[in-house]
Amino acid sequence: MKILSFNDHTASIDASAILIANNEDPREVSLEGVSRIDLHFPKFTDGRAYSQAFLLRRRLGFKGEIRATGDVLIDQLVAMARTGFDVAVLREGLDATAAQRQFDRFPSFYQGSA
Amino acid sequence: MYQYTDFDRQFVKLRAAQHRDQLERWQKGQLADDEFRPLRLQNGWYVQRYAPMLRVAVPYGEISSKQLSVLAQIAKEYDQPDAELFAKAQAQQDVLPGKSPRLIKGYGHFTTRQNVQFNWIPLDKSADVMDLLASVDMHGIQTSGNCIRNITTDELAGVAVDEVVDPRPYAEILRQWSTLHPEFAFLPRKFKIAITGATEDRAAIGWHDVGLQLVKSEAGDVGFKVWVGGGMGRTPIIGSLVREFLPWHHIMNYLEAVVRVYNRWGRRDNLYKARIKILVKAEGQHYIDEVEAEFNDIVNKDGGPHTITQAEFDRVAACFVEPKVTSNLTASVNSNLQEPAFQRWLNQNVVPHKNPALRAVTLSFKRLGLAPGDATAEQLEASAQLVEKYSRGEARVTHSQNLLLPWVQETQLFDLWLEAKTLGLASPNIGLLNDMIACPGGDYCALANARAIPVAAAISERYQDLDELEDLGPIDLHISGCINSCGHHHSGHIGILGVDKDGKEWYQVTLGGSDGSTLSGTAGAGKVVGPSFSAAEVTEVIEAVIHKYLELRAPSSSNGRAEYFIETLNRVGQDAFKVAANSARHPAKEFA
Repeated sequence: MKILSFNDHTASIDASAILIANNEDPREVSLEGVSRIDLHFPKFTDGRAYSQAFLLRRRLGFKGEIRATGDVLIDQLVAMARTGFDVAVLREGLDATAAQRQFDRFPSFYQGSA
Repeated sequence: MYQYTDFDRQFVKLRAAQHRDQLERWQKGQLADDEFRPLRLQNGWYVQRYAPMLRVAVPYGEISSKQLSVLAQIAKEYDQPDAELFAKAQAQQDVLPGKSPRLIKGYGHFTTRQNVQFNWIPLDKSADVMDLLASVDMHGIQTSGNCIRNITTDELAGVAVDEVVDPRPYAEILRQWSTLHPEFAFLPRKFKIAITGATEDRAAIGWHDVGLQLVKSEAGDVGFKVWVGGGMGRTPIIGSLVREFLPWHHIMNYLEAVVRVYNRWGRRDNLYKARIKILVKAEGQHYIDEVEAEFNDIVNKDGGPHTITQAEFDRVAACFVEPKVTSNLTASVNSNLQEPAFQRWLNQNVVPHKNPALRAVTLSFKRLGLAPGDATAEQLEASAQLVEKYSRGEARVTHSQNLLLPWVQETQLFDLWLEAKTLGLASPNIGLLNDMIACPGGDYCALANARAIPVAAAISERYQDLDELEDLGPIDLHISGCINSCGHHHSGHIGILGVDKDGKEWYQVTLGGSDGSTLSGTAGAGKVVGPSFSAAEVTEVIEAVIHKYLELRAPSSSNGRAEYFIETLNRVGQDAFKVAANSARHPAKEFA
């Protein structure tokens, strides 16, 4: 998973990069010509975007980038990667030092990933 | 019992290491309180009224003697606040109105969801405790937080005479599926699953977010009857039946659909409307249609990634064959089977077993001087030894906060009784009035509106006469210290709910609730008898209700026994009981 600092993130600028709000059904969005989808965590404890990412990646077979934005913290990155996100934009001001060891900890899980 | 593989064992150890990492970052200020809280909750770490509380997961209630021993060690070595904190807490207790039994430390507490709690472990020792738990395959994974919680089941699973299908392999497979499920770690609210495989519902499945009953079709195929959307709390609702027969190998695919639809559309704007029961109630058939469509997509479009293969089922099920005899004890020569106290215990605390040579025995943790479900370090260790000696090393934490020994030789019952009696764990009261369920309440819990332990103690003190208790027959008395309903007051034949009015503790009394057992009838919430009562009135209210029952009950009929409390209540209706309860009201005493 690619981890971006807040400053390295640019909000979508053209039709190839879209934002899907977390009360939207990703299956009702046209993905024609889309190469990047931003999903949003209003709070890190709001888990709707995990299901959206799963549906995009697994159900719809979306091959482009799925980017996590909003209240994105270190301890949720692994779950994001497992549900289909491949890029995460850390919340503003967050230090990524502790991130890599979270990915290194569990060699595998009970469930398959998206 | 399920035997941990190297993978399972390593997983629990890594989870403990992850907790240590998070704890250290919090201690260094790299994780804010609000960021650490949801993480520690998902390992069972709360911060309560006076100190942290740890809830240890006991998956579907099955626990080994070795695990019980480690819980005893944790009670003894870690459930130990520093002297100053403990003295300060007691000083605060001392100025509360009325009286609470003195605070105790160095003990564990059996919960209604078959887990075990500790109340005094300092948070900075939490990582050491998680390591110690992991050494015997234990943890606190998802015992709190807005995620899929520990799955509960019938305490007699695998030994019940009325069992159609043993639910334990399914419970274990569901434990694995729900453990660190990446999509469902931050649901709108907590999510509880209960599963039974018997004809008698001992797991209160109607009261759960998902209730599962294993059944067999006429052709002999195994499947699940599925209910969704039950729950207690502020809005008690019984689950809706959504599937009459779901083939067993699809259970995880189906639950994946149930939880995904909830995760996406459950309310997140209001804590009290966030449980799945509110979504199911609001959407009705629409919710069910969405789940069915999602299930269909999971199977047909995703390829059914969670379909259970026969090989995987067989691997897990092989762990649950009847354990071998580990000791070769024969009955002691001085067995006096005619001893009346022993006979009373046999009648009340011992039930038949599917193996005719065995019995299931409940050790009672309902006795004077300790709160319902509390077990001191010494009692935990002594219980571990009884379990090792008499029950092939395995026990069950029960929904009613006791410990059940599922593999006891009939010939050893007398010896077990003698030892249990010495430990104070042989009160012959299982299912009777003073086998009450109670949450820790305001003495410990930060959420409670009122104390539950003093109410439980007062009623216990009043009802100690064994002949009287036996004559009163089975009565489910459930006490909760607040509307969160951890003491399951909604489902009690008699329910007591602590409420706060103008900063004082009051108690609402409900009658006629049911957990869904045959005796209690269709699961449902009890009805409030009237305005709430003062703490001083509660015991008298219970007495008045019981008196009314004795007055109205039908004498023994064809079935050879007098009508039970709940039967009388259901036959004559609530009115007479309400009048009796309200007549016990007297002007509230002002406490100093």
